[in-house]
Amino acid sequence: MLFYTLKRFGLASLVALTVSFISFGLLYLSSDPAIAMAGETASDADIEAIRKLYGFDRPILVQYFDWLQRAVGGDLGKSYYFRTDVSALIGERLPTTMMLGVSAITFAILFSVPLGVAAAIRPNSIIDRVALFLSVMGQALPSFWFALMLIVLLSVNLRLLPTSGSDTWLHFVMPTVVLGYYAAPAIMRLTRTGMLEVLSTDYIRTARAKGLRPVVVLFKHALRNAIIPVVSLAAVQFGFMLGGSIVVETIFALHGAGFLAWESITRNDLPTVQGLILVFSLFYIVLTFFADLLNAWLDPRIRIS
Amino acid sequence: MSLSNSANINRSGKLSSLIKKVKGHQGMIIGSVIVITVIAIALLAPLIAPHDPYHQDLMRRLVPPVWDSRGSWEHILGTDHLGRDYLSRLIYGARISLLIGIGAAVISGIIGTFMGVMAGYFGGRVDMVVTFLITVRLSMPVVLVALAVVAIVGGSLQVVVTVLGLLLWDRFAVVMRSSTLQIRSMDYVAAARAVGCSTSRVLIAEVMPNVVNNLIVITTIEIAHAIILEAALSFLGLGVQPPLPSWGLMVSEGKDMMLFEPWLIAIPGVALFMLVLAINLMGDGARDITAPENRN
Repeated sequence: MLFYTLKRFGLASLVALTVSFISFGLLYLSSDPAIAMAGETASDADIEAIRKLYGFDRPILVQYFDWLQRAVGGDLGKSYYFRTDVSALIGERLPTTMMLGVSAITFAILFSVPLGVAAAIRPNSIIDRVALFLSVMGQALPSFWFALMLIVLLSVNLRLLPTSGSDTWLHFVMPTVVLGYYAAPAIMRLTRTGMLEVLSTDYIRTARAKGLRPVVVLFKHALRNAIIPVVSLAAVQFGFMLGGSIVVETIFALHGAGFLAWESITRNDLPTVQGLILVFSLFYIVLTFFADLLNAWLDPRIRIS
Repeated sequence: MSLSNSANINRSGKLSSLIKKVKGHQGMIIGSVIVITVIAIALLAPLIAPHDPYHQDLMRRLVPPVWDSRGSWEHILGTDHLGRDYLSRLIYGARISLLIGIGAAVISGIIGTFMGVMAGYFGGRVDMVVTFLITVRLSMPVVLVALAVVAIVGGSLQVVVTVLGLLLWDRFAVVMRSSTLQIRSMDYVAAARAVGCSTSRVLIAEVMPNVVNNLIVITTIEIAHAIILEAALSFLGLGVQPPLPSWGLMVSEGKDMMLFEPWLIAIPGVALFMLVLAINLMGDGARDITAPENRN
């Protein structure tokens, strides 16, 4: 297990390093970041001044290592637009996004795991069909449009929920649903497949044959084994959700890291965008690292191969 | 898979049994009908569209659709905030969605299939590198990276297609890798190698035909995925730029008036939803028909 952990850790670090290089390099796609920063109306002297000030005149690799060195120390540079430290800015906004992400993944799990289990107990029953129908529908629903329709329906017509802001828990209801429903179909399908597979195994038949109550068989024997792959899928989906929070937070004016991403992208605030891509990616890498470890711990076959 | 390769099943028999299977699959039929209709609409847009999608008529702004008491048959789906005919814009919008969906899926399909087949067939170091690249790609948030790149490079149809194409190859690579891994250990691959076929011949003549079913399924999923992403990018103002009638852009333009004229966002949204749903249904159908064992 120690060897497996070290191997995974090494791999995760390498991935993180590559991601940091890409997120740094992405912003050099524009011919000259100094021009992008100064704006189209700036004079040549202004652009030259900015180039010197931020060190854009140095070779890219030198700039990268400089940036990386500081990033490791937690310094992601200064935001052009907000005029503050990028790390402080992200740190300030991240809790809102985390809260949204946690409630969204909780919503997705609470919605889809029971549905998946119910569907697996009686394949081809009404419940199974409804579950399949919902998952097919869910996968085709664009989240930004779903969000707007919810606003029209729940906030404007029924006046149940506030449309934007992050003051009370009521403000999080619609964003949670919009962010969470997208992950639900995948989790539901995996739960269903896992349960179907486990329910047809010999040890379940044995458990039933020796007269255990169906509830015990279902939850203690079957679900425990079927849930293992679902856990790592949920971790992956949680990572994707944080990346997807940009759409949801923009629509509901929820001032989290996703909203910050939108603000900084539309304002050409390169250091903030770099920082956010790096932070979101690192978060995903850490999540999948722990999901891998959890899987290996639960299923010894993984850590041996 | 080896059965369908055997010589005693002739082509017409294969085709008719395929048609039979398609007919028996409800989702596949519904999906195909919608997708074919949308493709036809997109191709015939200049013939079908009742008006010029770019023509502004400021005297006739925000005319509601025909089912509203204020609507008229002149503009069946009404007009937008600049007085442009909504139906015509919707029809031309189908072109953008399909173009971006198919374009991005072709780019990412080529990248992903190449990487996946190489990794699956050669294994070892090649596999390690490809798996590593897939992990790196998955770690980066798609929407965020796409938005940032479009913001830097500038939004246009070509940029959006390229960016999405360069971002969405992961699923192709993952599935092609595992399919190829399976095929590699088949007897007929060993036989082909034993009789001295070159590696490229084995890959093209033995491996590719047997992974193509999975490739079709992933392609449909990724077309749908790219269409949704394009709509989201355009909705956020960093995708296809006005005055192009992208469905995502139409939702975005109608957003400010959605409280009074909800049909402005409902119509393009429903179109988007139907198209993506239909493509997914086709993909699910293709999977059920070609590889029922992969069903979950």
